[in-house]
Amino acid sequence: MPPLSTQDVAEIALLARLHLEPEEAEQMRLELGAILEHFTQLTAVDTDGVAPMTHAMSTELRLRLDVVEPSLTVAEALAAAPKRDGDLIVVPAILPGNEP
Amino acid sequence: MTPEQWSIAETVRAVTSGEQSAVRLVEIMLARVANYDRELGAYLALDGDGAREAARELDRKRAAGEPLGPLAGVTLALKDMIVTKGVATTAGSKILEHYVPPYDATVVDKLRAAGAIILGKVNCDEFGMGSSTERSAFKKTRNPWDPSRVPGGSSGGSAAAVSAALCTASLGTDTGGSIRQPAAFCGVVGIKPTYGRVSRWGIIAYASSLDQVGPITRSVVDAAHVLQAIAGFDPRDSTSLDAPVPDYAAAIPQGVAGLRIGLPSEFFDANLDGEVRAAVARATEALRDAGATIVDVSLPHTHLALPAYYLVAPCEASSNLSRYDGVRYGARAGSTDLLDLYQRSRGQGFGPEVKRRIMLGTYALRSGYYDAYYKKAQQVRTLIKRDFDAAFATCDAILTPTTPTPAYRFGAKATPLDMYLGDIYTLSCNLAGLPGISVPCGLSSEGLPIGAQLLGKPLDEVTLFRAAATIEATVGLGEARPAGIGGLW
Repeated sequence: MPPLSTQDVAEIALLARLHLEPEEAEQMRLELGAILEHFTQLTAVDTDGVAPMTHAMSTELRLRLDVVEPSLTVAEALAAAPKRDGDLIVVPAILPGNEP
Repeated sequence: MTPEQWSIAETVRAVTSGEQSAVRLVEIMLARVANYDRELGAYLALDGDGAREAARELDRKRAAGEPLGPLAGVTLALKDMIVTKGVATTAGSKILEHYVPPYDATVVDKLRAAGAIILGKVNCDEFGMGSSTERSAFKKTRNPWDPSRVPGGSSGGSAAAVSAALCTASLGTDTGGSIRQPAAFCGVVGIKPTYGRVSRWGIIAYASSLDQVGPITRSVVDAAHVLQAIAGFDPRDSTSLDAPVPDYAAAIPQGVAGLRIGLPSEFFDANLDGEVRAAVARATEALRDAGATIVDVSLPHTHLALPAYYLVAPCEASSNLSRYDGVRYGARAGSTDLLDLYQRSRGQGFGPEVKRRIMLGTYALRSGYYDAYYKKAQQVRTLIKRDFDAAFATCDAILTPTTPTPAYRFGAKATPLDMYLGDIYTLSCNLAGLPGISVPCGLSSEGLPIGAQLLGKPLDEVTLFRAAATIEATVGLGEARPAGIGGLW
């Protein structure tokens, strides 16, 4: 596979919602390239007809009754929020320039 | 022996009989942490008040003639991936530096109910991603056998604290070897139970199909006692196994007579250090002398465990760690709009290894790449599992080295891939969902502990305890104690 480009790294970082400084992004490009190179040995393995293993132990999906059980209070659940307005969590505007 | 060196059985007997007050025991342990942890660097947070309160309650119950529980007075340090109500839980990350959880993990509930005392939280690689604890955002944890060397990781704080007797036992988490590898480096016992044996509710998620909680202790029987307390079905974890929990400690005296122990040639390759090879050979002989039959087995896809693991785990991590976005909890960076808030909070909050794995997982899960990477890795995972199924048709447990070398020096692993290659013997256990234990099997010529790893059939932790106890009793460390930190003993 071709080595990662600077543009590739920028695209992945955007998908991952990760701000990288330019020197960080360049380091990432080189390191990810080396790691992905190591992974190419997987492509040579014949896996035709092999089912992917999605769980370590096969367990049936369990359902429970749809009833209210004791849980955190609103105050407990919101206690760690970085910025609040009463029982609401405050975030900046989704579209720039639309600050309240 | 002084109280800090007591086994779990000795501690429980002394506290339950009243020979030792739990309050006094906690003061002894807190004083040790105050004296030695500045140099060792195992603890991230001490909960002195909580520990004293739990101890007072135990002493009150004893005076009132009430039952105290199977871990009465046993002091534990918990890896900082395990959430504790009212006590900061950071996962070794800046992004959770000030996070105080509003609830206890199921394993913490179970430990408290068993009479155990939680002393505090111990260091780890950030979100469990690392093999030396050098990736913690907060501090360096030293190996008590040689402070110029790493304690292993990611549960390095757990293994160091147990080894130095700054707690009686610890819980770690193991996604690719993070309990067994530091246990090997620090000369203690660590077991990763079968996937689903122990509840993951309240464990900070790294790679959900691989993560499992388990004990790190100074002896095999201590590990059996702690696993007894934390194992079992939990309706709050959808992957929890609803299976009976056997009496682990009671099974240990059965020994290994009649057991078939498999040796996979793939784990004794050119990467293996000569002294580790020799120590594991002595462990093999010890098992044979005790009545086990040694058989050759083959796990032909072993060399693919590393690439499969370093795809599956980062893919799951990139999804799991998307929750840290600066909105509901965790650190929030200053920003101009919501996208910028996500990107800056995560860019500033995560360290380099976590970013690397998020990027790797995001890359591999991208539209158009999924089949070539994640699906392929999961198919290889099936091949690895089939190898084990075939091997277990001819043996009851598999013996391997835990690590290619004993503990290395800080900074020795120059590139991320160098670090990953140290995990080659521990990864396949997680990929296959099997139980695995590391038990000390001797010291190197430099005086560093060497670990032997035993892998078992699903839910057959009993056989691992029996075989590990035989190794411990014959080629274990005996009376040897770490001497890298002055004044510990």
